[in-house]
Amino acid sequence: MNPQTTPAAHTPPTAEAVPLIPLPLNTARALTTAGALLSAASTFLSWTWTTRFPGNLTVNGYPGGLQLLTLTGALLTLAYALTSWNIPGLRWLNPTGSHNATALLAIATLATTWYTLIAIAAQLGGLANLEPGGYTAALTTLLTLLGTLALPLDRRPADPAPATGRLSSTRAATAVRSALRTLGPGRTGKQPPLPRPLPPWAEILVIAAAFGLALGIVTYGIGTAYGELFTGFLLLAGFGTAGLARAGLLGRLTALTAKHRTPTVTAAFVAAALFPLTQDTDQYTLIAVNILIFSTVALGLNVVVGLAGLLDLGYVAFLGVGAYTAALVSGTTASTLDIRFPFWAAVLTGAAASLVFGVVIGAPTLRLRGDYLAIVTLGFGEIFRITVGNLNGESGPSLTNGPNGIPNIPDLVLFGYSFGKTHHLGSITLNPFANYYLLMLLFTVIVVLVFSRAGNSRIGRAWIAIREDETAATAMGINGFRLKLLAFALGATLAGLAGTVQAHVAYTVVPEQYVFAGPVPPNSAFLLAAVILGGMGTISGPLLGAALLYLIPAKLQFLQDYQLLAFGAALILLMRFRPEGLIPNRRRQLEFHDGTTTGSTLTHAEATTP
Amino acid sequence: MTTPATAPAKAPAATPVLTATGVTMRFGGLTAVRDVDLTVHHNEIVGLIGPNGAGKTTFFNCLTGLYVPTEGTVAFKGAKLPPKPHLVTKAGIARTFQNIRLFANMTVLENVLVGRHTRTKEGLFSALLRGPAFRRAEKASEERAMELLTFTGLAGKRDHLARNLPYGEQRKLEIARALASDPGLLLLDEPTAGMNPQETRATETLVHAIRAQGTAVLVIEHDMRFIFALCDRVAVLVQGEKLTEGTSEAVQADERVIAAYLGTPFEGAPGEEEAAEVAAAEARTEEGEENQ
Repeated sequence: MNPQTTPAAHTPPTAEAVPLIPLPLNTARALTTAGALLSAASTFLSWTWTTRFPGNLTVNGYPGGLQLLTLTGALLTLAYALTSWNIPGLRWLNPTGSHNATALLAIATLATTWYTLIAIAAQLGGLANLEPGGYTAALTTLLTLLGTLALPLDRRPADPAPATGRLSSTRAATAVRSALRTLGPGRTGKQPPLPRPLPPWAEILVIAAAFGLALGIVTYGIGTAYGELFTGFLLLAGFGTAGLARAGLLGRLTALTAKHRTPTVTAAFVAAALFPLTQDTDQYTLIAVNILIFSTVALGLNVVVGLAGLLDLGYVAFLGVGAYTAALVSGTTASTLDIRFPFWAAVLTGAAASLVFGVVIGAPTLRLRGDYLAIVTLGFGEIFRITVGNLNGESGPSLTNGPNGIPNIPDLVLFGYSFGKTHHLGSITLNPFANYYLLMLLFTVIVVLVFSRAGNSRIGRAWIAIREDETAATAMGINGFRLKLLAFALGATLAGLAGTVQAHVAYTVVPEQYVFAGPVPPNSAFLLAAVILGGMGTISGPLLGAALLYLIPAKLQFLQDYQLLAFGAALILLMRFRPEGLIPNRRRQLEFHDGTTTGSTLTHAEATTP
Repeated sequence: MTTPATAPAKAPAATPVLTATGVTMRFGGLTAVRDVDLTVHHNEIVGLIGPNGAGKTTFFNCLTGLYVPTEGTVAFKGAKLPPKPHLVTKAGIARTFQNIRLFANMTVLENVLVGRHTRTKEGLFSALLRGPAFRRAEKASEERAMELLTFTGLAGKRDHLARNLPYGEQRKLEIARALASDPGLLLLDEPTAGMNPQETRATETLVHAIRAQGTAVLVIEHDMRFIFALCDRVAVLVQGEKLTEGTSEAVQADERVIAAYLGTPFEGAPGEEEAAEVAAAEARTEEGEENQ
């Protein structure tokens, strides 16, 4: 970007839309459109000469692997570039009419493309490994971004004139900083215009289509075969989602889903249930089952942390209690109890054991508040793991085989339907993990129902009141201790439920699965991170947070050594720029961004559906 | 509001609602409240005044179970109150706080619904099953909460977050939330602190309206005009002890009360001559400093 052309230095700090690069509007539009078109075209060229880089980017005329991601980004950018020409019929794509959306999409494309090219150069050793097609892609995506930056961009209303910053040593740095601030997270005061009303069936169709699309995207993400593709996918999906949110498209979708609760829930459930049918092998279904287990437990933790505001650092112990109970009564030869419960009884036993464990731990500890509670729960979580590791008949009573755990947990059989076998229902093939996936999905739905119903009731309000101000809550007649214990016990029970399935999916339970922090989720630290990263007090937040936290370590093997470091850095960045989590609870968003929000009321639907 | 708050509306006027006997509160060596007796009768507005640090709020906390009094008993309608805040509220005493303690991130309506907690019974299972009884109870709670919001003039703000309300309305919301528990006695801790005269007058009207519905009110306040205009009876607390108690006129005329607030004029209080001398001496000192 040409530093001489930074326009903002002479611009008064208004909320007006101002381009970062001064070009005539039509030139900027043309540049963006042409750039996006050329970027799309460049994916049909070969980017490298060898197939040693995964995904085969060598073919002319047929985009593959990461090129497909660039193509998707370029086409999206093209669509948004076309909206700037005020073409009738494209208006719905960009309800706010904000060019920032286009810019964010251009960034998404640029990031994915340049990441790919850098990865090629780094892996194969040098820029010489790039073919002209690669250079073309790099150039065209950059041109597109420059074009979008020349479009009028919204600034945040409170944004000061960028050139007055103290830190601006050079004008180029100022330009970059102002670009970051303009495009960064933060919301303009601009409210999108009200959508043209659609007939209800069309709205429901839109919801169904959105969930279909979401299923496609998630399936693609889970199914990415190599780390580079997953990173590219994350970059595109992250920036792309930010762009669509800025365009107001996601806001409209959220409004639709709030209007049609039942169709939305059904669509989400159906989309999730369709996932195993998109898979031929067990490989990714297993990942999906584990994501479901992780997110279900995270949602259970959300009752304790998000609703009642109790910081529980030993939550994974309840998952462990459920899993160990199910393993002990599963009839495995390694179990010290020579009994075999039917699955429903095992589930009830596991949940009940977790409930008892939760009450036993909660009763003494919940008299503490804040940090003290966190530390005590952390201790109890570790006590569970260490105790289980010692109940081996030598250092304690013989119950759990100590550190060796309980292996060979048999597959579930429910009404003669064996979960360990591949089933063919007509043209549908359900492999073992697909069976478990569907079972676990049922449990997830139960937990979602419990969360939303409990949260939106007299009990849920009392929990939130305790979270807000415990003294005032007790003065309003709320028995603080009892309700906190209830939240704790409910959370424990939900984790126990998930644990009973986990035991069968993993075939074996060992104490080391239930640590405070470790590289493999679920563990207490990751569970808490999933809740906070996704958005406390929401339903979709922990589900999304858990999915990300499971997929990222699973896909990015090269991160192994730096995983916790990267994780910490990501958390810090997220808490700095989006303290309310990826999917903000409307309540919390108001709390953190007070003053920059224009609509400060909650609609009734928003208030009652956490 | 269409329904009276609680059943005791029919009770005779002289029934004591609150009887505090010999309430003493010690924090280590410090006696914050010493042997205070106080009675609030049905349909009565009683004021509690005293200089800063006199132990008014401590006494309030003893009444509401936030503190367990070291000695003495508190009884509500003849029954001894258990020393647990939520049980006190359940028995029929609701309170507001000196520094507003709303549930800041809940909506106005939700705040009042939380106040209904003791008067509703729906547990976790009925919330999970969502039977007709649950829906009925939720609907009834919401109706009652809306009644109270209309009563306090906040009905139009039901979906605002409590934290976004202006100060005066936050005070009102705290009162509405307290009233939601259908109390027989309402304790107001400095309800007009930080209010302008119009808002103070509005609060006065509101408190009268609350009394008209059969709820007795005990109010702590520093605004003397407010207290003396509002209360049937005023008790004065000084250094943890009850100095006097009586009608507004009697308390206003009591020299000990004036002394407690303004201090006693001591023997040979400075007259005009001495004051002039002091001023002259000060002026001289200042001149000397300037010359140096």
